[in-house]
Amino acid sequence: MSYIIAHPERVLSLTGAHAAMVIAALVVALAIALPLGILSSRKPRLRPLLLGGLGAIYTIPSLALLALLVQLFGLGAAPIFVALVAYGQFMLVRNIDAGLRGVDPAMRDAAKGLGLSPRMQLLRVELPLALPVMVGGLRIAAIATIAIGTLAGYVGGGGLGVLIFDGLALHNTAMIVAGSLSVSLLAILVDGSLRWCERAVRTRLGG
Amino acid sequence: MQRGAEIVVRGAGVTYPGAATPTLQDLTLTIAPGEFLVVVGPSGCGKSTLLRTINRLIPLGAGSIAIDGTDIASLDPVALRRSIGYAIQAVGLFPHMRVGANVAIVPELLGWSRERIAARVDALLTLVHLDPKRYRDRFPRELSGGEAQRVGVARAIAGEPRVLLMDEPFGAVDAIVRSQLQAEMLLLVRELGTTTLFVTHDVDEALLLADRIVVVNRGRIEQIGTPLEVLANPVSPFVERLFHANDAVVELREKARELHHR
Repeated sequence: MSYIIAHPERVLSLTGAHAAMVIAALVVALAIALPLGILSSRKPRLRPLLLGGLGAIYTIPSLALLALLVQLFGLGAAPIFVALVAYGQFMLVRNIDAGLRGVDPAMRDAAKGLGLSPRMQLLRVELPLALPVMVGGLRIAAIATIAIGTLAGYVGGGGLGVLIFDGLALHNTAMIVAGSLSVSLLAILVDGSLRWCERAVRTRLGG
Repeated sequence: MQRGAEIVVRGAGVTYPGAATPTLQDLTLTIAPGEFLVVVGPSGCGKSTLLRTINRLIPLGAGSIAIDGTDIASLDPVALRRSIGYAIQAVGLFPHMRVGANVAIVPELLGWSRERIAARVDALLTLVHLDPKRYRDRFPRELSGGEAQRVGVARAIAGEPRVLLMDEPFGAVDAIVRSQLQAEMLLLVRELGTTTLFVTHDVDEALLLADRIVVVNRGRIEQIGTPLEVLANPVSPFVERLFHANDAVVELREKARELHHR
């Protein structure tokens, strides 16, 4: 705690940078995962290939993947950003796919039978109904992204990992504790608020 | 108000991919404008399939269907469905939309003005005996089974369709509510003059609601006739058994036979 009390602005600004990195990565990851998840839910033959491929990326140890990406992109924010987007895909796509496939067939039948075009069926019925499961996936992805994001400190990408890795190098335990504690708090906060969102959309759907 | 359309089904056949036998085979019938036609038969006989071919949820493998002389195959399926009312057993109300929004879906798709839609929603809710002020802004989860079915009916007729398709719309409610809904339905559709195709496995419901009954078995029509005709002169042991299965019907059948032969 002593480091946080002594350098509150530094901890706060690194927390802000960490959060910004996570949000940017999640936004880009979602933009990629949404069409992939829709595709996966519609094409049963493509699904194992897609989820298998993304699952394979997910199983690569993050440090190994990052080392590889540093070779490609050099040090800085770029390699960690790519790693975070790649790691998020599996959880996001899997839950978007599961959410869409879990929509009651009667809902789809009613939507189609009433004369909604395929696009409107998706936007007005299927996606809203899949939302709780999708938010669940976003929550898991966000937690993982916050955790893996600490590796940014190792490759010069900034964020709270800086405190942990600098602390390790300087044998400064207070610094390490400050970094770990802040990352944990951030994760708990995000987990809590997304849980709340999940519950809110679920209640709205009457489940 | 709008008059019902005439539906002509000629030699309709449906075979599902991978199925050995057709689900519908060489089905021919004409539904008169404003007629309330009830399709009855055991589960899996193809009655729902027949209903779903009319709004092209299921494509015909053989034959043709024409509504007021226009082959439905020549129409855009989405536009066709907007012109046909559709209500299903599972009700199918969208849980994330309020009652008013559910009822307003088809008028919205048809591009009606906001004022016209709002007025229509209130009129429809009143028509199905739900006070618009109380029910308009509720979510489907806040409705009883019977209320949800009513909203389902209101939604189905919202776009002023000339054809109404109903697939066991009262299947999920208890007997008392069901008979109430049936009685209201009868008055409502008579008043609107909509041509209605109503699918049920409930023989009593068929007898109560139908102008004519179509008995379907294994994808073929066994018999078409008024409730009286079907009761009095079942053309096959199957039809006889179907209507005989219900003890309460036996008595009615004797009476019908008397009346018919008088």
